[in-house]
Amino acid sequence: MTKEDLELFASGHRACAGCGEGTAVRQILKAAGPNTVATICTGCLEVISTGYPETAWEIPIIHAAFENSASVAAGVEVALKELGRKEGVNVIAFGGDGGTFDIGFQALSGMLERGHDITYVCVDNEAYMNTGIQRCSSTPYGASTTTSPVGKLSIGESRPKKPIAAICAAHGIPYTATASIAYINDLKKKVKKAVETEGPAFLHVFAPCPTGWRHGSDSTIEIARLAVETGVFVLWEAEDGDICNLKITQKPKKRKPVKDYLKSQRRFAHLSDEDIEHIQKEVDEKCEKYGF
Amino acid sequence: MGEQKAMTIKGNMATAMGAKLCRPNVIPAYPITPSTLFPEKMSEFVADGELDASMINVESEHSAMSACIGASATGARVCTASASQGIALMHEMLFIASGMRLPIVMAVGNRALSAPINIWCDHQDTIASRDSGWLQFYAENNQEGLDLMINAFRIAEDERVLLPAMVGIDAFVLTHTMEGVRVPAQEDVDEFLPPYKPSHGVLDPKEPATFGSFGTPDYYQEFKHAQVEAIEKSEAVIDEVFKEYKERFGREYNKVTTFQCEDADIILLTMGSMTGTAREAVRKLRAKGEKVGLAKLTVYRPFPAPELIKILSGAKGVAVVDRNISPGAYGAVYTDLAGAFANMDERPLLKNFIAGLGGREIFVESFQEIYQKTKDAVTAGEVKEPVEWINMNEDVMR
Repeated sequence: MTKEDLELFASGHRACAGCGEGTAVRQILKAAGPNTVATICTGCLEVISTGYPETAWEIPIIHAAFENSASVAAGVEVALKELGRKEGVNVIAFGGDGGTFDIGFQALSGMLERGHDITYVCVDNEAYMNTGIQRCSSTPYGASTTTSPVGKLSIGESRPKKPIAAICAAHGIPYTATASIAYINDLKKKVKKAVETEGPAFLHVFAPCPTGWRHGSDSTIEIARLAVETGVFVLWEAEDGDICNLKITQKPKKRKPVKDYLKSQRRFAHLSDEDIEHIQKEVDEKCEKYGF
Repeated sequence: MGEQKAMTIKGNMATAMGAKLCRPNVIPAYPITPSTLFPEKMSEFVADGELDASMINVESEHSAMSACIGASATGARVCTASASQGIALMHEMLFIASGMRLPIVMAVGNRALSAPINIWCDHQDTIASRDSGWLQFYAENNQEGLDLMINAFRIAEDERVLLPAMVGIDAFVLTHTMEGVRVPAQEDVDEFLPPYKPSHGVLDPKEPATFGSFGTPDYYQEFKHAQVEAIEKSEAVIDEVFKEYKERFGREYNKVTTFQCEDADIILLTMGSMTGTAREAVRKLRAKGEKVGLAKLTVYRPFPAPELIKILSGAKGVAVVDRNISPGAYGAVYTDLAGAFANMDERPLLKNFIAGLGGREIFVESFQEIYQKTKDAVTAGEVKEPVEWINMNEDVMR
């Protein structure tokens, strides 16, 4: 049996059917292997996987609060080193987009700046899903959420998505990458690279949420793939924070229209052709910057 | 037993030296007046190779306590220091540290809470976290600060307890004031406090476990009850550890320490550095023939209700001097004491005095005034004004 066959995020957890986060965590742990200690945030991941007296985790994990996965992980990493138990052990800090982009941003920045040997994984489903689909700084322009609802005077979310991976890379950390659950091999390769890197690594993992995005539970992977194929979410990696020389790891031969992606989810159902054209233009400009 | 070195040091240095003698592995800390000297000194000890430990210079007090939790759950001995706004910022994590039964020790420079912003002494910061499930110790002087740090680790890590503990020393009055202190020898502390080797699981891939589970209504209340049982068990552990400390190091600690209480009609109940001032007032009043005594609370959580009832029951009046206030109610110690006496047939009259907020001085005369007001209530046989504020500046109030 290889490391890849180990199921370290066990079945039977309480995630919704088609949950992108469940897939992400399972595959990330397969890549990282059993010699891993993880910290998790309050949110979907904690709720679906740690209901006492059960646990979905076959590796040691600690959940403390919402905004501090990075600082709890810092304590774990330093303690492992101090107690002589760090050799060969990965420390992974998981956060959702709320726990990473918003409330946990300060703790994350502090951890990256201090240079801990930690892989921080942000599993991004673009809103506060556990509390019922509220907008976050990860929510893309035009998405209707319960706190950025579409209305007579509102298009839905009015602000663009915060470029979290680039911000993390700007700390000068050894390894930063974006990844998607639609490209498992690419994701696993990046996880391995991240945990093998000495010092902090940041992984931004795109993971659709059928409940929050309002799409069928059978189309999670398809939608995640469309995000990459349309250029909405770009897969890249950068070393030593050098985002001017980042490497695109999945370059679509011919980009599909963003309309295909937007029309696949009811959170964007209200967007007019004009709105979609506007979003297409922004994606085109972004992809041009990335060189495709 | 090794010689106890006599030194003249500030309160923060005393708690730092106490912590150092306990050989912590990890010290996550964030500077805040008036406890900043603690992380500075710990950093120096580590930088000079005097202490084999790692500092984590975190970006906030919230992250300080978060890192303490991560490190303690990994099996490390962990300490930190904070005060005032810093304790307020880490408030959320205090409950999680105790709920996860992690024996973290925190040195506190007790300081007022904003607004208005104020860096001077009162006990509002730790009183506001009294329900967080931490053991709470309050020092009268720098020697007590050092000794209580060592005792705190031993009590917190006891398998019957496994709860975090905070040791309060008063802002500036102690944190920045030089006092003579006797520092125990390292080998003696090593014997008193062996390395932290928890028998429960820690974060280790060899024995995977989930820490910080989601507790549904089917389980939550039992978790909290177990936590309360642990702090109740700490009552006996504290007595045991204090007794052993006296045997080894010669200094006596009690949850409540009395002075001239045996025949006292009126007893002053104090906490922290004001106790020395109160003792002087008692001496002066005794010289005039007044039957007054003093009880000092060293342990505030667990609240030593049985000890206090025993000490105070014989008195006619008790003046509870609180360096904190619950707006719309009373000082915290007064509330707890009233609760302790609630079902007693025989009980003294209780008067509450609020004093020393935000560094307002408390003088010997202040305690003489407190004594007189309590005596007047006893003479009248009733407490007309349950809460009185001491040393108010009438000019400012106008």
